[in-house]
Amino acid sequence: MTSRSGFSARSSNENVAAKIELKAPPYPLDALEPHMSRKTLEFHWGKHHRSYVDNLNKQIVGTELHGKTLEAIIVNTYNKGDLHPSFNNAAQVWNHDFFWESMKPGGGGVPNGELLELIKRDFGSFEEFEKEFKTAAATQFGSGWAWLVYKAQDNKLLVIKTPNAVNPLVLDYYPLLTVDVWEHAYYLDFQNRRPDYLSVFMENLVSWEAVSSRLQLAKAQAAQT
Amino acid sequence: MSKISRGANFNSGNSRSVQTLSLPDLPYDYGALEPAISGEIMRLHHQKHHQAYVTNYNKALEQLDSAISKADASAVVKLQSTIKFNGGGHINHSIFWKNLAPVNEGGGDPPKGSLSNAIEKQFGSLEVLVQKINSEGAALQGSGWVWLALDKEFKRLLVETTANQDPIVTKGSALVPLLGVDVWEHAYYLQYKNVKPDYLKNIWKVMNWNYATQVYEKECI
Repeated sequence: MTSRSGFSARSSNENVAAKIELKAPPYPLDALEPHMSRKTLEFHWGKHHRSYVDNLNKQIVGTELHGKTLEAIIVNTYNKGDLHPSFNNAAQVWNHDFFWESMKPGGGGVPNGELLELIKRDFGSFEEFEKEFKTAAATQFGSGWAWLVYKAQDNKLLVIKTPNAVNPLVLDYYPLLTVDVWEHAYYLDFQNRRPDYLSVFMENLVSWEAVSSRLQLAKAQAAQT
Repeated sequence: MSKISRGANFNSGNSRSVQTLSLPDLPYDYGALEPAISGEIMRLHHQKHHQAYVTNYNKALEQLDSAISKADASAVVKLQSTIKFNGGGHINHSIFWKNLAPVNEGGGDPPKGSLSNAIEKQFGSLEVLVQKINSEGAALQGSGWVWLALDKEFKRLLVETTANQDPIVTKGSALVPLLGVDVWEHAYYLQYKNVKPDYLKNIWKVMNWNYATQVYEKECI
């Protein structure tokens, strides 16, 4: 199966260590202040993300999943929608890696280059993309994620939302950007005010460099298949 | 355009009036369940989360009324998920506030009478039942509720979970909720953070078994 994450070094090699490791975000835990507090990162990465890793390792030890790449485990346990018990942990490990890497200190604003052109082409304008992305994130009932994805078959950018741990890897899209809308992602900083969290995310946190390089990788991979 | 009435029922021309809902008051102060559940959580949970379900449910009802009077079946069907979500949120939280009570008003007192007998008979002991509810609550992925329910057809108690804001009847039309435990993160995060099991352990100190007993006896006499 072609790796869809590309960006994550973890999944690029079939000969991986048997244990899944917890990757650190590409910045110190206080680097996103004041937009996302150090306290949030300490709990969100240090407790939630770490638990998904630890619990996944406990679930797969001694099974056929032991030693497989994270992405292979995700697709296997998604099981075409009939989820195996370890899907939630596996997908959440991947989702959170992808989320930390979707942000950077001094992020936000507007992308440039080919990414901006494609956003304008497929959404009408950057503002319309932003509105659609924030609406998807705000209207995901319960826990879940909102995504900007690349659909190779149509050569198109799309906004989608997914419940709980579901991610674009199992839906045949290339993920480009995500925002976590599980309550633990924003409750310490924003309490119930999810729309405020989303505005701050868009204005101050998005790493458009990461999104652009993911798009380049996605198009290259799509061209090979 | 259909008229929306708040509580009163009157007819304006050929449009029906829509009966909207309002946020029920808590039967105790926000801080009355401390230290089991903080006043900060109770205030946000009631004034922000429950209120939002009520507001959005009322909005959806207006839109539904309009779609029905225009015979717009597509719009009617599209509204179902927001009605289920927000209506369910209102239903579930209305039960939840009654499920809890301050310690000096019976919160935490174990069940008595026929419900207690049924629990012993079916689960062996109250401790076993609580442990079962807590382990289902801890294992629930994402957002949802864990319920002690009565199947009124078979007069049997059961422990069941529902996802998001699905009411217990979505798991069986004969199911009556006796107790519900909200395991959405907003129910405990500010106080317990990621340690959901601690929230589950402590909520029993303010559990209102009197309410559960009343509902049980009403269905089982």
